[in-house]
Amino acid sequence: MSYEKIDEYMLDKYPKKVYRKRAKSVLPNDPAEPGEIQANVRTIPGIITQRGCTYAGCKGVILGPTRDIVNITHGPIGCGFYSWLTRRNQTRPESDKAENFIPYCFSTDMQDSNIVFGGEAKLKEAIQEAYDMFHPKAIAVFSTCPVGLIGDDVHAASKEMKAKFGDCNVFGFSCEGYKGVSQSAGHHIANNQIFKHVVGLDDTRSDSKFRVNLLGEYNIGGDGFVIDELFERCGIEIVSTFSGNSTIGAFENSHTADLNLIMCHRSINYVADMMEKKYGIPWLKVNFIGTEATSKSLRRLGEYFEDEELIAKIEAVIVEEEVKVKAELDLIKPNTKGKTTMLFVGASRAHHYQELFNELGMETLAAGYEFAHRDDYEGRRVIPNIKVDADSRNIEELHIEKDEAKYSQKLQDKKAALEAKGVEFSDYDGIMVEMEKGSLVIDDISHYEMEKLIDMYKPSIFCAGIKEKFAVQKMGIPLKQLHSYDYGGPYAGYKGAVNFYKDIDRMVNTKVWSLIKAPWATGAAMNASFVKVS
Amino acid sequence: MLLRHTIDEVKERKALTINPAKTCQPVGAMYASLGLHGCLPHSHGSQGCCSYHRSALTRHYKEPVMSGTSSFTEGSSVFGGQSNLIQAFNNMFTVYDPDIIAVHTTCLSETIGDDVSQIAQKAIDDGKVPEGKYIVQASTPSYVGSHVTGFANMCTSIAKTFPEVSEDKLNFVNILPGWVEPSDMKELKRIMGIMHVPFVMFPDTSGVMDAPQTGKHNFFPKGGTKIPDLKRAGSAAYTFALGKFCSEDAGLALKKKCDVEFETFDIPLGLKATDRFLMKLSEVTGCPVPEELEDERGQLVDMITDMEQYLYGKKIAMYGDPDNLIPLTEFLVDIGMKPVHIVTGTPGKYFTEKMASLVPDANFKNGPQADMYLMHQWIKNEPVDLLIGNSYGKYIAKDENIPFVRMGFPIYDRVGHSYFPLVGYRGALRLVEKILSVIMDKIDAESTEEKFELVM
Repeated sequence: MSYEKIDEYMLDKYPKKVYRKRAKSVLPNDPAEPGEIQANVRTIPGIITQRGCTYAGCKGVILGPTRDIVNITHGPIGCGFYSWLTRRNQTRPESDKAENFIPYCFSTDMQDSNIVFGGEAKLKEAIQEAYDMFHPKAIAVFSTCPVGLIGDDVHAASKEMKAKFGDCNVFGFSCEGYKGVSQSAGHHIANNQIFKHVVGLDDTRSDSKFRVNLLGEYNIGGDGFVIDELFERCGIEIVSTFSGNSTIGAFENSHTADLNLIMCHRSINYVADMMEKKYGIPWLKVNFIGTEATSKSLRRLGEYFEDEELIAKIEAVIVEEEVKVKAELDLIKPNTKGKTTMLFVGASRAHHYQELFNELGMETLAAGYEFAHRDDYEGRRVIPNIKVDADSRNIEELHIEKDEAKYSQKLQDKKAALEAKGVEFSDYDGIMVEMEKGSLVIDDISHYEMEKLIDMYKPSIFCAGIKEKFAVQKMGIPLKQLHSYDYGGPYAGYKGAVNFYKDIDRMVNTKVWSLIKAPWATGAAMNASFVKVS
Repeated sequence: MLLRHTIDEVKERKALTINPAKTCQPVGAMYASLGLHGCLPHSHGSQGCCSYHRSALTRHYKEPVMSGTSSFTEGSSVFGGQSNLIQAFNNMFTVYDPDIIAVHTTCLSETIGDDVSQIAQKAIDDGKVPEGKYIVQASTPSYVGSHVTGFANMCTSIAKTFPEVSEDKLNFVNILPGWVEPSDMKELKRIMGIMHVPFVMFPDTSGVMDAPQTGKHNFFPKGGTKIPDLKRAGSAAYTFALGKFCSEDAGLALKKKCDVEFETFDIPLGLKATDRFLMKLSEVTGCPVPEELEDERGQLVDMITDMEQYLYGKKIAMYGDPDNLIPLTEFLVDIGMKPVHIVTGTPGKYFTEKMASLVPDANFKNGPQADMYLMHQWIKNEPVDLLIGNSYGKYIAKDENIPFVRMGFPIYDRVGHSYFPLVGYRGALRLVEKILSVIMDKIDAESTEEKFELVM
C-alpha cells in the first residue's frame, strides 16, 4: 500500500474539515529532508484523543515527582484525586524521617459556594492547615479550570502566606486545564514557576569536579536511580534532577552546576535556555535510553569536561557494561529480530525508545508524539519558524536577564572553545532524522487512526498509554505502556536496557496471543452427535 | 513508612482535604453511560477531565473506555463551548456511529454556564444528529456531590429520556442496580433468572466492562442495556431502585414520567439486604423465592457459623461509597464484626442517620474533610483488625500492618472484581471468604512455629 493510500484509508472517513486538518499531522518520513508537520495545535472536539490537560502536565508530570513539596490542588476534588500517585515516579528519601509527600493528595475540594463566592479564603485556610500540620519547606498551589474562571488569585494568596510563614516557600501555578492544547503547556507553566521562585536560592557549591543537572528525567520505574548510579561510578555529581526523585533543595542549588543535560527535550528545553542565559550554563541533549545512546551520552560528558581521569573511568564503565549487555542481547535478539513496533507516547519517549527497539532488531513502522511541538519532530532549527498562535501566547514567556553575580563566563568560554572543535551544544535534531525513510510520523494520533494503523500494519507490539492499552490488546497486539512502564522498569542505562529487552521478548513471544481463538473456531469439524439411548 | 506525615492528633480541618474518599461527578456519569448498548460517553469541557476519567475507569476495569471530549481551550472557555460540542457530535456520529451520545458536563462548562440541552437541540435542528440517534445529557459539575452523584445524575437522565409512557403496566420489573461491578450486575440478572422474574435493568455494564479477548476490538461491545428495553421501562409494574444515593432519583424520575411504582432498597450486599430485596421481589411479582436461592443463603450462614471465631469482635475501618458502606456495615455487624471507623466523601444526611442506627459507637463521617487521612488518624488512635476499601488503602494497610480487603472504586492493583460478584448470597459468601483469607494470612504470617496450624 502506498503512503498516499494509507493516508486516505486512515483519514477518509473524517468529515472534510477534519480530514484537511488531520492530513497535515500525518507524514511519510524522509530523514534526509524532514517535512513540515503540524503539531501543538488544538485537538479536534469529538476525536478520541490521547491527550490530557495543562493541569496534568504541571501538577502530575513536573511537580508530582518532587517529594518534599506539599502540592495543593486548588479546585474541586477530581483533579487532585486523579493526579494522586498514579504515575510511577519513584522517590528515595534520605532517611526514614525525611520528608516525602508523594503518597499524599491535598485538595481544597471546592464546593459550589466557593465557585459562587470565590475560593481564595478557603485556599489560604488550606495552606495554613497544611503548614500547621506538616511544616514543609514548600507548598505549591495548582489552579484548576473553575479557579481560572472565577478569578481566584493563587499567586497573591501564595505570596501572602509565604510572607506570613517566613520559613516556607509558597508559590502558585496558573495551570488551568483549558490553557494551551495539551499537557505541554502545563510543563512550561510548571518549569517557569520553579525557575522564578526556586532556582538560584542556594549558592552552596559542593567541591566535586564534575557537576551536572539532569533535565527532563522523571524517574519513571526508577530510571533516575540507574542514571544516578552510573554517574556516581564515573565520578560525576548530579546536582539536581528535574524532576525525578527531586527535592526543593536540589532545585534551589541547580544553578551551581557546570552543565545541563536534557533528556526529554519537549518538557524542559526552555529551562536549559533560561539557565544558560541567566547563569551561563551550557546544555547538551543526551539520551540514556538504549545501550549505544547511553555510551554516546557518557562520552559526550567526558568530551565536555576534558579530564583524562574522567574519560578513563567512563571508558571503563562502558566496556564493562557493554560486555554484560551484549551477552544478554545475544540470547534475546534471535527472538525479537525482524519484529515491528509503533510508538505513540508523550514526547521524546516515542523517539528514545526506538533506540532500544533497534538494538533488538525491531523496526519502527510509525511513531509520533502526544503533545510535542514541531521542533521535537523536525529539530530545533525550525523554532524561529514556528507560528505562535493564541494558545501558545497565553503561556507566560519569562524575560530572563544575565545574573551578573552568578553568571559563569568561564563555562561560556569553555563552550566556545569546544564548539570550535566541533562539539554541538544547544541542539536537538528531532525524531524525523532518525526514523527510516517511509515510516509514518503522526502527531496527536486519534483513536480511530490508531485502530486503522494497527489494522493495516499489524505491528508485533504497540507502545502507548493506559487509555490505549486494552483496546489494542483486544486486537490481539501486546501494548507496552511507556508512561508507567506497566509497572516494570527501570529501562534507562545498561541495566535498564536489559530489562527492556527481556520485557519486549516476553511480550512479543508469550504464548497467550496464540490462544485467543478457541479450538472449535479454527475449523475443527464436529463428526459425531449424541444418539438416543434407550 | 509510606504515610510518614500522618499525625495521631486529630484536629478539625476546615479547608484542606487530604487523601479523599471520593472523586468527582463526571467519572460516575461516564461509567453509567457505558452501561447502555451502543453509547459513546462525551465529556463537555477541557480534555484533561476526559483523559483522567478514561484512565481511572480503564485502570479499574482493565478494559477499553471510549469517550469523546469537547477539548475546550481558552477561547471556548470565554465564548462558550457550543461550537465545540456541535462539532464533536458531527465528528462522533460520522466516525464512530454510536446509537447514543451521553454528554456530561465538567466544572468548566458548568461554571461558564453552557446549556447542553439547548446545544443538543440546536444540533438536532441543524441536522447534526442522524435520524434515530439519541443524545442524553447530565449536569455533573465536580464541585457538587461526588462520583456517586454523577452516576445517579446520568441514571436519572436516562430515566427521563428513554422510557415511554404507557397506560398498561406489564408483568416485569425495572432494576436500577446502582454503581456496582459488571459482575454484580450479572449476578443480579442471574438471581432474576432463578426467580423467573422478567426485568429491564439499566445501566448494565456487564458485557461491556468485562468483554472477552477475541482478537477484535469492538468499539461498542455486545453488552449494555438496549434502547428498546430502555423504552419499555416505562411500562414496568415496579422499579427497584438499589442504593439511595445512586438510584433513588432515577426511580423517582421514572415514576414521575411513566407512573411506575418504585421503592428504594439497599444494594443487596450481605445477608439482610439480600433478604429484603428477595422478599419484596417475591411480594411484587408473586414469584416465590426458590430453593436454589434458599440453599445459597444457607451456605452463607453455614460458612459464618463455621468460622465465627475469626470474625467475632474484630474491629474494622472502612471507606468508600455510601450505598456500599450502609449494607456492608449492617452485614459486618450481623456476622459479629465491629466497624469502628467509617468515612465517605460523598455528602448526604442519610448516611449519618443510617450509621447512627447501625453502629452508634463508631467514628463515622461523610462530606467535607471526611477523608482517608482522618480515617488513618482514627486508626492510629484506635487500631483495627481489618481495613476495607479501594486500592488507595494499601498505604495505610502496609504502614499499620492491617489485613486489607479491596472493595469499591477504584481498584487498580488487583483483578477479579469485574468477574466475581459481591452482591447476593453468593457475593456475600465471596466477601466472607476474602475477609477470612486476609485475617488468616496474617495469623499464619505472624504465628510462631509451634502455633503454626494446618487446620484453621
